Amino acid sequence: MSTFRFVRGSVSPTDHLGSLRDQACGGYVSFEGWVRNHNDGHQVQRLEYEAYENLGVKEGERIIDEALERFQIEHAVCVHALGDLALGDMAVWVGVSSHHRDAAFGACRYIIDEVKHRVPIWKKEHYTDGDSGWVNCEACASAATRSPPASVSGG
Amino acid sequence: MKTIRIEYFAALREHTGLSSEEIATDAQTVDQLYAELDGRHEFPALGQLKVAVNDEFGDWQSGLADGDLVVFIPPVAGG
Repeated sequence: MSTFRFVRGSVSPTDHLGSLRDQACGGYVSFEGWVRNHNDGHQVQRLEYEAYENLGVKEGERIIDEALERFQIEHAVCVHALGDLALGDMAVWVGVSSHHRDAAFGACRYIIDEVKHRVPIWKKEHYTDGDSGWVNCEACASAATRSPPASVSGG
Repeated sequence: MKTIRIEYFAALREHTGLSSEEIATDAQTVDQLYAELDGRHEFPALGQLKVAVNDEFGDWQSGLADGDLVVFIPPVAGG
């Protein structure tokens, strides 16, 4: 089974712990990302996640492979939610098992940081005032002035 | 002329009203394709876009072949 998985709705870590069980491992570290009720001064009511799944799984697996290379860990899995999520739901979960705890803490942090930066997943926030917007989207954050993407113009 | 399939996600999907489209084009590179599509759809300013060709990250100067799948990737926000 893939080490990076998408699921519909809130993540249930217990569904995925089997990938980490190993009698050689004395430590298990996890990170849970929860849907919170505020962001950037807005009161959030609910979220939607959307992903480019084919590339997302490939990039997510690359991140897990990097963690297995860089840290003395035995197993690592990341699961990300898609679709509609309510406040308190689990949007993302990372689990790492290792012989000793230090490596598992480091790998868990590495995986969640890289996933947030690299995996093609988008989050739409729905606010209590009825407004909504895609997070990290310039045109959503302010009145759009049309310009080509920076990488096209040589950036 | 070659046929290119484009898939749209998130803000681009909502802006174009399309999950995907196929177009016949003479564009030689990904950035030429973007310019052609921008002329049709007037894409909003989303920040720095990345691009994928056939389900792998690509380059704006990547050449295009008949039947390629292209995805423009707005700034991501997982987690």
